[in-house]
Amino acid sequence: MLSIVLPIALSAIGVAFVLNLWRLVKGPDATDRILALDTMTINAIALIMLLGIALGTTVYFEAALILAMMGFVGTVALCKFLLGGDIIE
Amino acid sequence: MMEATLSEVVVSVLLLVGAGFALVGSIGLARMPDFFTRMHAPTKATTLGVGAIVVASLVFHSSSGGGLSLRELAISLFLFITAPLVGHLLGKAALRGTRKD
Amino acid sequence: MTIRKRLLPQPFVSVAVLGLWLVMVSAFTLGSLLMGAILAVLIPLFTQRFWPDRPLVRRPVLAVRLFLRVCFDIVLANWEVARLVLGPIGRIHPRFFDLPLDIDDPFVATLLASIISLTPGTVSVDIDTEARLIHVHGLNVGDEGAAIAAIKARYEAPLKEIFQC
Repeated sequence: MLSIVLPIALSAIGVAFVLNLWRLVKGPDATDRILALDTMTINAIALIMLLGIALGTTVYFEAALILAMMGFVGTVALCKFLLGGDIIE
Repeated sequence: MMEATLSEVVVSVLLLVGAGFALVGSIGLARMPDFFTRMHAPTKATTLGVGAIVVASLVFHSSSGGGLSLRELAISLFLFITAPLVGHLLGKAALRGTRKD
Repeated sequence: MTIRKRLLPQPFVSVAVLGLWLVMVSAFTLGSLLMGAILAVLIPLFTQRFWPDRPLVRRPVLAVRLFLRVCFDIVLANWEVARLVLGPIGRIHPRFFDLPLDIDDPFVATLLASIISLTPGTVSVDIDTEARLIHVHGLNVGDEGAAIAAIKARYEAPLKEIFQC
């Protein structure tokens, strides 16, 4: 059953990535691009988790966790930059 | 054996729901007409979708030996805490941008 | 009392750090417990200055009920958003509205803003503490007054009661 579901889930996330990339390229604003990048980061976490299930290991867990944290910090830093130019007040 | 198949069904359903919602989030991101409507889909759908996939991974690794692993729950929790903050900050940034013009 | 206050200024944060550490190492041994306890004492001490004064949870049962309601609403929100996203674009009516705040405490106001972002069709965009309102963007708002009343009754009133502010 998993052998059928996993490719479906992986391709759904793959299509999601393409759509994010399209928004990232098209813009039109900086905020749209940041939003696209943030969504991509979250989708990358999903991809890593799916890879972990497909390969049956838990070694990728830390990568997903670090991606979640760094993605959030990066998005916040970019937003702060747009808001005031100062990242740390 | 019965238990293994049950967990497999749970994992499969969670994966399908999760991947579906993640896809919906990205469709919304690509399809909606302006920034503020675009913001809705990724902050909600993608977060729940990836949360479901992460929980699926938790169930899968817990059921296939190695005991209960709750670590994935931390990612899920983290995503649900940070998603509104990211949405809020992005909205604020976009609002400043439109006000300046 | 004072020793507890000085060693554990944020008991909830300490418990959360300890729990997170045990989950992360996913090995319940004496060593991990000890390390977690050390971190649970040290991290709140070093980050003390960044924590604003938070009101205490006065009604824990109500807090759990609000939490469950929000979890349910998150699933509902996603169903709603999925329907709107996949349906025809011409049918949605996005608009901004201002939600007047009855809450003074900035921490509780932030909590309310986060809940608004996670629940059906609304994202909080800006908190104006001087004018005491939250700037909200709704994806599909038919009646502005009804949307504001729904948020106030469903989330703000319980939050007010939980924190008694």
